[in-house]
Parts: sequence; C-alpha cells; structure tokens
Amino acid sequence: MKQRHLGARLYLIVLLLVLYLPIFYLIYFSFSSGQNMNHFQHFTWEHYQTLFNDSRLLAIMLQTLLLALLSGLIATTVGTFGAIAIEAARSKREKSSLLALNNVLMVSPDVIIGASFLIFFTALGLSLNFGSVLLSHVAFSIPIVVLMVLPRIKEMDATLIDAAKDLGASSYQVFSQVLIPAIMPGILAGFFMALTYSLDDFAVTFFVTGNGFTTLSVEIYSRARQGIDLEVNALSAIIFLVVLIGVLIYYFLSVRSSRTKHNRRIGVKL
Amino acid sequence: MKNNKRVFFLVPYLLWIVLFVILPLLLIGWYSITDTNGHFTLENYQRFFGSGTFLRMSLNSLWYAFLITLFTLVISYPAAYLLTKMKHQQFWLLLIILPTWINLLLKAYAFIGILGTHGMVNQFLQLFGLGPVNMLFTNFAFILVAVYIEIPFMILPIYNAIADINPAVIQASEDLGASKWQTFRYVLWPLSWPGVESGIQAIFIPSLSLFMLTRLIGGNRVITLGTAIEEYFMTTMNWNMGATIGVILIVMMIVVMLITGQRKKGRTRK
Repeated sequence: MKQRHLGARLYLIVLLLVLYLPIFYLIYFSFSSGQNMNHFQHFTWEHYQTLFNDSRLLAIMLQTLLLALLSGLIATTVGTFGAIAIEAARSKREKSSLLALNNVLMVSPDVIIGASFLIFFTALGLSLNFGSVLLSHVAFSIPIVVLMVLPRIKEMDATLIDAAKDLGASSYQVFSQVLIPAIMPGILAGFFMALTYSLDDFAVTFFVTGNGFTTLSVEIYSRARQGIDLEVNALSAIIFLVVLIGVLIYYFLSVRSSRTKHNRRIGVKL
Repeated sequence: MKNNKRVFFLVPYLLWIVLFVILPLLLIGWYSITDTNGHFTLENYQRFFGSGTFLRMSLNSLWYAFLITLFTLVISYPAAYLLTKMKHQQFWLLLIILPTWINLLLKAYAFIGILGTHGMVNQFLQLFGLGPVNMLFTNFAFILVAVYIEIPFMILPIYNAIADINPAVIQASEDLGASKWQTFRYVLWPLSWPGVESGIQAIFIPSLSLFMLTRLIGGNRVITLGTAIEEYFMTTMNWNMGATIGVILIVMMIVVMLITGQRKKGRTRK
C-alpha cells in the first residue's frame, strides 16, 4: 500500500514538474544577460529594466486589464439578466432552445467566433478598435455567466420571493434585496470566469482588433513571431508572480472559510 | 413573474443572441456561398471538395485533434485517478490549475526556447551523444505543445467524475472478486465516463483551431483548418474562401458532438 502511494506521488510530481518546466524555463532566462534561451550568461536585471521603461507594453497591460474588467462587468449584467429570463421561461421548449442558443458560442472554436465577428463588424461598418474588441469579449463571456448563475436561481427557494411580496416589497425591492443577494455567489463566479476568458483570449481578439488597439496576448504573439526577446521572459516572470500571489490569497481564504464553513453555510442558506 | 418584468430581463439577452450568435453564423454562411463581389456562387465549395489539398487538410485536422485528445487522455486519466487518493487534494488541484492562468502564448513561446536546436532538450540529448535533432517547426512539436496546454483541462473534469463515485462501489467490485483490470473496465471507467466525455469535448474542438501554435511552433505551415481560416482572413484576405472552410469546420464540429451525444444515449438505454 505504501509503495503504491509512493508511485502515485511520483507520477503526480513528475507531471507537475513537466507542467511548470516551461514557465520556470522562461523565468530562469529572464535573468540571463544573453540574447537567447540556450545558455545562461550572467545574472542581470537588465530585461526587467527594459520592461519597466517600455511604456508601450505597460500601456498594453493596463488596456488588457481595463478591457477584462469592463467586458466582465457588462457580460455579468447581461448574463445574469439572461439567466433570470431563462429560468422564468414559460414552456420547457422555450427554455431548452434558449439554452441551446446560449451554448453555441461555448462550443464554437475560437477561429470561427473571431472570423464571424470580423465579418459582422465589417458588415455593420464598425471600425476595428477597442469598441469591437470590447463587444466581442462581452459576447463570448455572456454564455459562461449564464451557466454559472442559472444553477443558483434553480436552487433558490421560490417561497423567498413570495414572502418578500407578501411583506409588501416592491418588485424592484424583491429584485435588489432578495433575488440578487441570493444568487450573488453565482454572479461572482460568472464575473470571475468572464475575467479569465477575457484575459486568456488570443484568437478572437486577433481577428477583431485593428491597428489602434492590442491586448497582451496579441502583443506577445507578434513579438514571439519575431523570435526570442528576453523582455517577454521578464514579463512572464511578473505575470507568474502576480498569478501566484492571487492563487495563494485565494487558497488561504478558502481554507479559512472552509474551517468556518458550517456557520457560513447556514448564513447563506437563510 | 409578470410578463413585462420578464421582457425587461429578456431583451438585452435576446439582443445578444440575435446579434452575436445568430447573425454571425448567418453571415459566415452567406460569405461562403458568394464571391468577392457578393454574387451567389458555389465555386468556393467546388474548390474545397475538388482539390486534394483541402481534403487532406481536413483529415489532418481531425487526425491531429484525435492524437492530441488521445495523448492528453492517456496522461490525464491516471493523474486524475491518483489525485482522488491524495491528501490535501485541493492543494494539488490548485497546483495543476495554476499553469492554466499563465497566458497560452507565453507557454508556447517557452517551447521555442526548449525545443530549439541549442535548446534544453537538445542539450540533454547531447549528454548521451545524440546529435541535435530539429524538433522545432515540426508536427511533433505542435502535438507536444498542444497536449501540454490541454492536460489540466482534461484532469479537472475526470477528477470531478471520479471523486463523485461512491468508494463502496469500487470496494464491492473488489470484494466480489473482480481483478484490478475488471474493476477498471466495468466499474471505474463507465462511472467516470461523463468526466472523460466533457474532457474530450473541451479539447477536441478547440484543438481544431490552434492556429497560433501551428504558426509559432508548427513551422508556419498551413496544416490544419484553423490555420487555413486564419490565412484566408488575415493574410490572403479571401474572406469568402475562409468562410467556406469555417462552415466545413462547423459541420465537422456538429458531427463530432452528435457522435459523442449519441453514445451517451445508447449507454443510458442499456
């Protein structure tokens, strides 16, 4: 039994090493004074200095964050409304056809989404810039928000709404003080997924962006196509650090909350 | 919910469905059956089905997507199974999810260094006196990097499916004298199939459209339909031909989904 556990742990550790190898490889060479990723030359902060003086790249990072936040907010709003509308559908057929349409963008390959949106924007005569990218990111983030919010609405106790109405709440009060707080965890999860989708996207943005606007993914792609550039390595080290800190914070928060889970859960259920 | 209230929630969502789900699909279909002047023609389809290049490319795409999915599954299934046996599962899972937060382009970029003629893999091979092997810009490199990127997305659904299995079922199978293989074949595998299925769907279709990987490490050759679409839209600017390939990709996608969906139906009937 002990032996089997050792083997299991070994397999997982090797897998994790492989998963992290490329990332650490990038970070390792971000400290090398050379121009390539073959031999480590001398230790240097040079590439980090270039990175922090590269105002163009810093602006692109800010743009990418802004785009993610904005598209996430809009997609969460429309998606939550959509989920509410789907749940309130009168017939089963209406509900299932709405859900089917909702999932079209979830299963479409990115190139198809990108290419069809490009045709769509051109047909409308919209110019390709921040606006077209924002609209696309909102569009492909809405379905995941719907899928995250929907189960929460289903789980919700419908008598809560009736009780609020009986107690004289207006329909706006029912919406803002009963419905939204009850499904908040789903809304937050949807917003979080929308952020991830937006930050992660390359293919769709690549199709629908013009000369004036670019995101981090597109910028890395065009730099990588020109060959090795150790400034990109420095950038990935920074990104890894930010992600690591975020994940650690999340982990300790969730560990702490799982300790007090019992009390919390009762609070949420009420 | 009263009707006018529902309409308020439904309108933005329906607007999204019409503008960003239905219209783009119609437009891509329309472009595929017109020429550059907007006149009706089936020439694009004749070109597609008349030339061996496109048909070979379609088969190639399916073949690569199949290989990527298969290798990912073979590596991920044991990992997911072993994960369910671990202490601190949340922590292990977090370690596996963390790399997915690093931009895909950065990971692809890392492989340019790792697989290069003087890169890490070749330096390692030279220790054993094996000459530099040209790995970058080959189909092998494309599949390797794609598998690397997709592994976490396969582990997660399978892990969830296996974690949901009641351990008593496995114990019962062992107590009743089933061999390890029989327990796997007739108990574990069928019960974890929903997870495997969602893993396959999460990987097979996106790997048809990984054009950035074929560009960066697959050697800039047009080997998959996704790359071909990108080529026609962004380089040669023949959107009509690009749209035709897009329609074919959509059809292939629907066929794949019907096949996996059908198998599920057959299983429940048994």
